Amino acid sequence: MNSTLLPYLPVFLFLLFAAGLGGGMVIASTLAGRRRRDEPAVDLSAYECGLKPADPEHKRYTVKFYMVAMLFILLDLEVAFLYPWAVVYRDLGWYGFWLMAVFMALLTIGFIYVWARGALEWGDGRPRRPKTAGG
Amino acid sequence: METQMFITILISVVQISIVLSLVALSVPLLILMERKVIGFMQSRIGPKRVGPSGMLQTIADGLKLLLKEDIIPDRADKWVFRLAPMIVLVPAFVAFAVVPFSGTGLNVFGQRITPWVTDLNIGILFIIAISSVGVFGIILGGWASNSKYPLLGALRSAAQMVSYEVPLGLALVGGLMWAGTASMVGIVEAQREAHLWFFIPQVVGTVIYFMAGVAETNRAPFDLAEAETELVSGFHTEYSGMRFGLYFIAEYANMLIVAAVATTMFFGGWLRPFPNVSWLAFLDIFNFILPGQWGPFMSGLMWVIIKVSCFIFLYYWIRATFPRYRYDQLMSIGWKWLLPLALANIMGTGALLLWLGQTG
Repeated sequence: MNSTLLPYLPVFLFLLFAAGLGGGMVIASTLAGRRRRDEPAVDLSAYECGLKPADPEHKRYTVKFYMVAMLFILLDLEVAFLYPWAVVYRDLGWYGFWLMAVFMALLTIGFIYVWARGALEWGDGRPRRPKTAGG
Repeated sequence: METQMFITILISVVQISIVLSLVALSVPLLILMERKVIGFMQSRIGPKRVGPSGMLQTIADGLKLLLKEDIIPDRADKWVFRLAPMIVLVPAFVAFAVVPFSGTGLNVFGQRITPWVTDLNIGILFIIAISSVGVFGIILGGWASNSKYPLLGALRSAAQMVSYEVPLGLALVGGLMWAGTASMVGIVEAQREAHLWFFIPQVVGTVIYFMAGVAETNRAPFDLAEAETELVSGFHTEYSGMRFGLYFIAEYANMLIVAAVATTMFFGGWLRPFPNVSWLAFLDIFNFILPGQWGPFMSGLMWVIIKVSCFIFLYYWIRATFPRYRYDQLMSIGWKWLLPLALANIMGTGALLLWLGQTG
């Protein structure tokens, strides 16, 4: 086997063992747990304190969650770039420092833009007043 | 060659079994300690009925979960619903594959057994990568439940986890610059050679890392994903029985991982305090009690356990001290404070290393 891949063999084994442990616990619970043939419909319905669920299950939610996801992808890629740079930083010296300073400066400009456009705002926690016909 | 390969795999299997059972068995203990610690912080006793002073409480709770009915709501997306807890649990366990539990290994039957399952040269990146897989399990679980509270809980949780993953990753970069390696064992060795726990030059990084770690594991005061007063219990509202238990075990395993990475990266892993000061050698107490190879092994293990326990205690302390944040506060702490601070910390560390002449 390739010697760079050899240290990953235990990781793969670990994955199998962890999946086995988790699966084993679930199987043990299905074997030992309570089972009913005639499940009352209210047990199987969506949770609403025993009442009939009033709202649709997939309510509309704010688009800000997508904003967060996009910002995450941008910045997490940057983290991925930083790791190899950090490991060899001592060999790079001043060259590496200025290289990253330029990269960080570009990133900071983008970050300030995102901040100024209000992508990081989530409201001030006060409930929003519904618009009335007269007002 | 064939036999050597077989022996290598056999050793791995033994190591994996030990690590996995240690982690799985420490979860009931962590839950019991949490209830006891927070109980005493709030001037009450905590669990006390089951077993001597409530010691068997979590065992009883676990058995209860095992015996409960495994309800799958009829509106749920059945297969995704079944699979989601596993997607959370497995990465939480697999991250332990690269955690070093002690410094020196043991020789058993002429075979060297290391106190870590494997030493990847990208160890820390591996942990960050594998623990972010857990987000998929949470969002899939919430989505597959086809119910409004789990969906909202899962969205909140996922947004929070990805938001704090950025400062978490960036906070570790400063430590990596000091260490010059991403291997978990190499990082501790670098701290031995530098005669310095990286906590000292990386105070800012450590604080950012731990705050982000608390948020990453959805713990109080950042436990908005399961804010009981608004969302019932977040993404696992529809789960019952052992599948609910898997989410719980994964949460505690993730806390242990955050604590173990902090220990390795910033607090010298298996090294005793001031490893270069020779008159403090008495602190490695097992070196004098146990014979031969067992001494250093047990001393290292002791330090890792002590340091990880301190971080776990800090988790409980924070939970007992701070009220839950509002969602907009949570997001602004992550994006507007921790992230710029972590970036500044990286450039500051770079400048400091150059100033100290630590670069080649």
